Amino acid sequence: MNIFGIVIDPAIVNFVILVIQCIVWIVALLTTFAYIQLVERWTIAKIQVRIGPNRTGPRGLLQPLADAIKALFKEELIPSNADKLVFVLAPMISVVCALMAFAVIPVAPPITLFGVEIPMQIADVNVAILYILAIGSVSVYGTVLAGWSSNNKYSLLGSLRAAAQLISYEVTLGLALVGILMLTSTLSLNGIVNFQALNGWLFLPQILGFCLYIIAAIAETNRLPFDLPEAETELVAGYYTEYSSIKFAFFFMAEYINIITVCALATTLFFGGYLSPFHGVAALSGIPILGWDGIWWFALKVFILIFGFMWIRGTFPRLRYDQLMNFTWKFMLPVALLNILITAALIIGLSWQNGSLALR
Amino acid sequence: MSGDYFPLFVMLVVSVAFAAIGVGVSALLGPRRPTAIKGQTYESGMPSIGTARRRVWVRYYLVAVVFILFDIEIIFFYPWAVVFRQAPIFLLVEMLAFVTILLVGYIYVWRKGGFDWY
Repeated sequence: MNIFGIVIDPAIVNFVILVIQCIVWIVALLTTFAYIQLVERWTIAKIQVRIGPNRTGPRGLLQPLADAIKALFKEELIPSNADKLVFVLAPMISVVCALMAFAVIPVAPPITLFGVEIPMQIADVNVAILYILAIGSVSVYGTVLAGWSSNNKYSLLGSLRAAAQLISYEVTLGLALVGILMLTSTLSLNGIVNFQALNGWLFLPQILGFCLYIIAAIAETNRLPFDLPEAETELVAGYYTEYSSIKFAFFFMAEYINIITVCALATTLFFGGYLSPFHGVAALSGIPILGWDGIWWFALKVFILIFGFMWIRGTFPRLRYDQLMNFTWKFMLPVALLNILITAALIIGLSWQNGSLALR
Repeated sequence: MSGDYFPLFVMLVVSVAFAAIGVGVSALLGPRRPTAIKGQTYESGMPSIGTARRRVWVRYYLVAVVFILFDIEIIFFYPWAVVFRQAPIFLLVEMLAFVTILLVGYIYVWRKGGFDWY
């Protein structure tokens, strides 16, 4: 490639683009985290008939910046009997896993910038769903190590609860997505979006799978009504009781980025990802923004889902721990298996109708 | 194939760098005045008694074992689901046989009270 008369190897150009893309992704995720968190505080305040943050900057818009500066300048407290290395590593594991999980989600169709085609996702991995579930499993380590290394009883209890809850709901989360895979025959997120471009959104044929996915996703991100690991009234703050300054902010960051990731995944799998809701309607396909596929539709769908999460947080009381474990093992798991059976019956019924059924 | 995963490696390096810079900058900017009282773990404002390094309830271990069982089941389900459309009836019968065997274990754990918390 020739830039300003200097000939550069295309491999180097691609590498530089990749590094810039990674940095842009992280900055975008952090900005989204900051403002999602502010919007959540406003929403919860409205639900609880309070005013919410409105002092820092116009209408409280600079609140996230103030929080970030405060987190950086706070004293770092490390308990004297804590395992210091693990104590520092745990929040880093959490935040790195949160950032890594988002990397495979396609946020828009590929764009062309200065003659170079740039895919709007970090990596087009063909086993993307498996990858996200795997990263989700690794992020449990951040939680467990945080609670264990603090050497505090509240933290330990919080992290044990968190570990049991996260792995239990991971089973349902994984099973809820099997229906999608049966319909689309692919694990690639781009493949699933392309399938929906041809056949319509998977939300309706997989409504049961979607409900299971959303419940499991709320539990996976430790949100109310499943926020047992950090139940303030019982465990002070759960596994991050002993954390302060930026390390506390990292856990907070990881939680919200995980919320963005599960909502983005739900959008991609059930609501057509970056596809316009009017995709395939010939009369509207020429109208800019409305008829075009793009990041704005993706952002809108993700935000609507996140708003649902906030609403649920403001509405429901917390579950008791035995109810929580009973619910996933005795109810969600059989229903997830039933969903797979229903999807199998649907596929067989449809191919029977088409006469394309392979009797082997 | 390895080309697909190289971007993820770059992302890993950049995110680890971000996390390390965050911790480093905070350590540089924040004050550090440790005292014996501050170094104690928090126990509702009382002096803390003993350590948290003690035995934990065995039921958490049971949950972990059951989780491994079902997580492996999911790993079986994924490749099955991807090829399901190629021979639906044959694959459905195969999977029903597998799930039946698994359900025996599931019902056993349920009856033994493995999912009950008290």
